[in-house]
Amino acid sequence: MNDRTHIPAAIPSSSAESPGQTGRFAMDPSIYRRRRLVNAFNMGASMMAMVFGLFWLFWILWTLIDQGLGGLSLDVFSRSTPPPGSVGGLANAIYGSLLMTLFGTLIGTPIGILAGVYLAEFGQRGWLAPATRFINDILLSAPSIVIGLFIYEMYVVSVGHFSGWAGALALSILVIPVVVRTTENMLRLVPGSLREAAAALGAPQWKVTLYVTLRSAKAGVLTGILLAVARISGETAPLLFTALNNQFWNSNMNQPMANLPIVIFQFAMSPYADWHTLAWAGSLLITFSVLALNIIARWMGSQKTQSH
Amino acid sequence: MAENNIKLQVKNLNFYYGKFHALKGINLDIASRKVTAFIGPSGCGKSTLLRTFNRMFQLYPGLNAEGEILLDGHNILGRDVDINLLRAKVGMVFQKPTPFPMSIYDNITFGVKLYEKLSKAEMDDRVEWALRKAALWNEVKDKLKQSGNSLSGGQQQRLCIARAVASRPEVLLLDEPTSALDPISTAHIEELIHELKEDYTIAIVTHNMQQAARVSDYTAYMYLGEMVEFGDTDAIFTTPKKKATEDYITGKFG
Repeated sequence: MNDRTHIPAAIPSSSAESPGQTGRFAMDPSIYRRRRLVNAFNMGASMMAMVFGLFWLFWILWTLIDQGLGGLSLDVFSRSTPPPGSVGGLANAIYGSLLMTLFGTLIGTPIGILAGVYLAEFGQRGWLAPATRFINDILLSAPSIVIGLFIYEMYVVSVGHFSGWAGALALSILVIPVVVRTTENMLRLVPGSLREAAAALGAPQWKVTLYVTLRSAKAGVLTGILLAVARISGETAPLLFTALNNQFWNSNMNQPMANLPIVIFQFAMSPYADWHTLAWAGSLLITFSVLALNIIARWMGSQKTQSH
Repeated sequence: MAENNIKLQVKNLNFYYGKFHALKGINLDIASRKVTAFIGPSGCGKSTLLRTFNRMFQLYPGLNAEGEILLDGHNILGRDVDINLLRAKVGMVFQKPTPFPMSIYDNITFGVKLYEKLSKAEMDDRVEWALRKAALWNEVKDKLKQSGNSLSGGQQQRLCIARAVASRPEVLLLDEPTSALDPISTAHIEELIHELKEDYTIAIVTHNMQQAARVSDYTAYMYLGEMVEFGDTDAIFTTPKKKATEDYITGKFG
């Protein structure tokens, strides 16, 4: 190839510099114009896509507030679900939801944390950890109705009746994979040098894990638990044939139990206007508690990154 | 050096990262209550060698050491050796400061509590003693309950030294302890090494040859997993026996 043909005419032939290098900044205006145009187009398209997505989200939120705020009253929190045409609230459903979410979290979290610790700290060798991780990923994306069906077969059928415990069990199975995943990820973020430093003092591995590694990842693990709670507090399908529903106040976990998602489902499908109002109020409650949980989780996550 | 002054004796040590032969037939005697420095270009195996002395390498799969390392005459690479007990005897300080996510006080007591049962007053004394040893006491005595992460980098590294000293090991391994620190903190830590060798056998890996010359009694020059030259620091730096050592020390290579 003849290098000389690539030298722009503007360069004096006496230039001591190598071909193609003028030593000064040179720019072809057409390249620059094209780049600006492509940039503007892509930026515009991205904005449109974002606005399109947010539009539906805000529409949903607005409808919820518009319809639900009118239904919110003290009665919602103090009275149980009414028969059509009577005065009532959602107290039994709120209570049932809180109780089952609480027990679901209490059952699922320790199992999830322990499994996550195993995957991150003890599972470097062998086939068990990769297999567990794979199965956990499947569980994470399993349709929740399948989990409900599973608990129905395994628990409800064998004891012979629907109950709050069955609901809590189904929810706990949804909690486990979320907590496993976040715990493992958060532990992996802890620098290996910290583990080495603790081991170098002669600490056995369980003490290294419990007092140093897990403690470093505390905020992240708690965030994971909150996200799991947010996930299960709106679940309907796994409760359908486990906790079922109960139109009366019930604090016995061994009895069928009312819960917000199923009450919303039942009331929204009904032809009664006052039930519709209550369904909207319940939806508003769930949505904003999940929103609050997410905000707290985000906030805790950002606290963690700042401290490092 | 006299036979009874030898703390650590390395005999024909070979080390493998999987199939990679990282240390080749190392023989070495580390003198008691002296400072032995390891120098050499990156990847020469000096950190790897240091990490065999407390079997740190065993945290990771696929790493393997062959040969003998005698600590007071007992082979620490033997199968029956309790690794945690070994590490309590052979302390280590790392390149980057690694304070634990707990208070300054708890950072110091973490290692002590593993093997000793002390009363509150005894523990307080031990914490003060260790922090004084590491020349940190005056800076932190009023904030022992604060997080170890709240200290500056140089202070954190001295905290790590205090933590290693607190459980009173016999040997102290320092893996480039000042490479992340500014000159003033480095000077602090070098002074510290001088004082610590009264009581401890110290092995230090360093990239800084002036540092090796300043702090050590013996120096080992390593290259590509082999021990090229080992001897008195004065001799190594003034009249090296081998051309390769001289080239490295004078900056013609590396």
